[in-house]
Amino acid sequence: MIPLSYYLVLSAILFTIGVVGVLVRRNAIMIFMAIELMLNAVNLSFVAIGKHLDSLDGQVFVFFVMAVAAAEVAVGLAIIVNLSRNKETINVDEINIMKW
Amino acid sequence: MDLVIPKIDALSLCPEIVLSITAMLVLLVTVYLPKGRKDPAAYVGLLGIFIALVSLTLLWGKPRYAFNNMIMVDNFSIFFNMVILVTAALSILMSITYLKEEGMSHGEFYALILFSAVGMMFMTAGANLITIFLGLETMSISIYVLAGFLRDSNRSNESALKYLLLGAFSSAFLLYGIAFIYGATGTTDLKGISEFLSRATYMKDPMLLAGMGLLLVGFGFKIATVPFHMWTPDVYEGAPTSVTAFMSVGVKAAVFAAFLRVFSHALWDLQPDWNQLLWILAVLTMTLGNVVAIAQTNIKRMLAYSSIAHAGYIMVGMIASNELGTSSILFYMLAYAFTNLGAFGVVILFGRKGEGNLDIEDYSGMGFKYPVLGLLMAVFLFSLAGIPPTAGFVGKFYIFGAAVKAGYIWLAIIGVMNSLVSVYYYLRVTVMMYMKDPVEDLEGLHWSPSMIVALIIAVAGTLLIGIFPSPYLDLAKQSVLHLM
Repeated sequence: MIPLSYYLVLSAILFTIGVVGVLVRRNAIMIFMAIELMLNAVNLSFVAIGKHLDSLDGQVFVFFVMAVAAAEVAVGLAIIVNLSRNKETINVDEINIMKW
Repeated sequence: MDLVIPKIDALSLCPEIVLSITAMLVLLVTVYLPKGRKDPAAYVGLLGIFIALVSLTLLWGKPRYAFNNMIMVDNFSIFFNMVILVTAALSILMSITYLKEEGMSHGEFYALILFSAVGMMFMTAGANLITIFLGLETMSISIYVLAGFLRDSNRSNESALKYLLLGAFSSAFLLYGIAFIYGATGTTDLKGISEFLSRATYMKDPMLLAGMGLLLVGFGFKIATVPFHMWTPDVYEGAPTSVTAFMSVGVKAAVFAAFLRVFSHALWDLQPDWNQLLWILAVLTMTLGNVVAIAQTNIKRMLAYSSIAHAGYIMVGMIASNELGTSSILFYMLAYAFTNLGAFGVVILFGRKGEGNLDIEDYSGMGFKYPVLGLLMAVFLFSLAGIPPTAGFVGKFYIFGAAVKAGYIWLAIIGVMNSLVSVYYYLRVTVMMYMKDPVEDLEGLHWSPSMIVALIIAVAGTLLIGIFPSPYLDLAKQSVLHLM
């Protein structure tokens, strides 16, 4: 059996890749995908911990997270589509009317 | 591993259920209304909020768990839910004419406000990290849409995108924190976590501390504490003004309620660890919010930085972490709700379609041209600055009083000094209104009945709480009595 720590390390690596993706990528869709990667990294943690503790909470939580992520994608893509109609770009560096 | 079907205790969730049904009803009603005349949808929403408020008062004083310990209905959550419902009602009242002027009068707007209010109410009542997360997401997703509601406006779009990306980013952190806490304690139940921690011998479990830190980041993003505040000014400036008003009060109230429940209750045994962190964050938040607000020229942006500073003041109450501190947070939230909504109401009323009349310069001479509006704005700004006899003064007084009582004298001194700084930029608007000549000819304002009602409620709340604070403080004290 693979120990819990392997899963947690993999999940941490995936999460970090997601964070770096959000910070480095300039395309709104790519940033969005990186956020999804972060959420799925967390899901992996939940499932692994749930299995390790022999508790259902973690597995159930993952369902909720997936539902929430789907809702977020629906809204998020709508916002990005609307933005690209108005501005004809989804490069976050060019979305900069407001600055302090 | 066994599944238990929880007892369905719908009565405890009555306000939330009423509000959800109303929101769906609004969606239905709006279909049958002619284009551009969607006012009845707003009134349906207001009626639903009223029924929810009444049913909330019936739940008062009977603390109980419901739905297999997922929901905690106690005075604490009821108090916050009342603040949230009042916020939603005032935001709807302020939106009716505003949306018409912007040419975006759609019933979905009101439904989204109600849905996000439902999310907020689940957050305040959450007794399990799952409930809190779901409430947070219900609230946030609705607000992403609301922020981009003026879909032809580039600013509104930009605001929605920024809020969406950073909001989703921060919820991933929150979620990772929950996963760590779950891993370290074996449960997502707040009561279970606190029980586990009180008997645990290895307090410095790195997984637990990492989870706490990540939760702090997630909550900190939503209440806009420095250094997680970057999105706030942009989002607040670009979003429709009535949505900004709703966000600045409702989201703060809901997230602070969950923040308090998780940190001051579930993670109480880690208090020495998070208190230090919060101390630093509170000082940074207050100082940066106030100092940067001075440099702003746009009134919405100025109010955004001011709301960052106010989050800092509220955190002072959390650091005090005594009974007075917690009850002063509740009191402050109530005072802040009326005051801030009122200030944004004046901004909406004075504003013009698109980006008109949103610069502080535009307010020159407004006090003479529109004496009533000028007076209202002055009251709200005085209350935000914390000048008696307004609600803001009493709120700050109790918060800093709690900090001194808990021995955080330096924190209170820094807070008071920050308040002094804030007087400068709030008074600058007043000075513009009364001591400068109008730059351009100010056109007639459109005083709509709904806006007048909203402003009267806001100003009455601000002054009433400021002059007779004791009943409201008693209410706040009763609310934290049975905090579980």
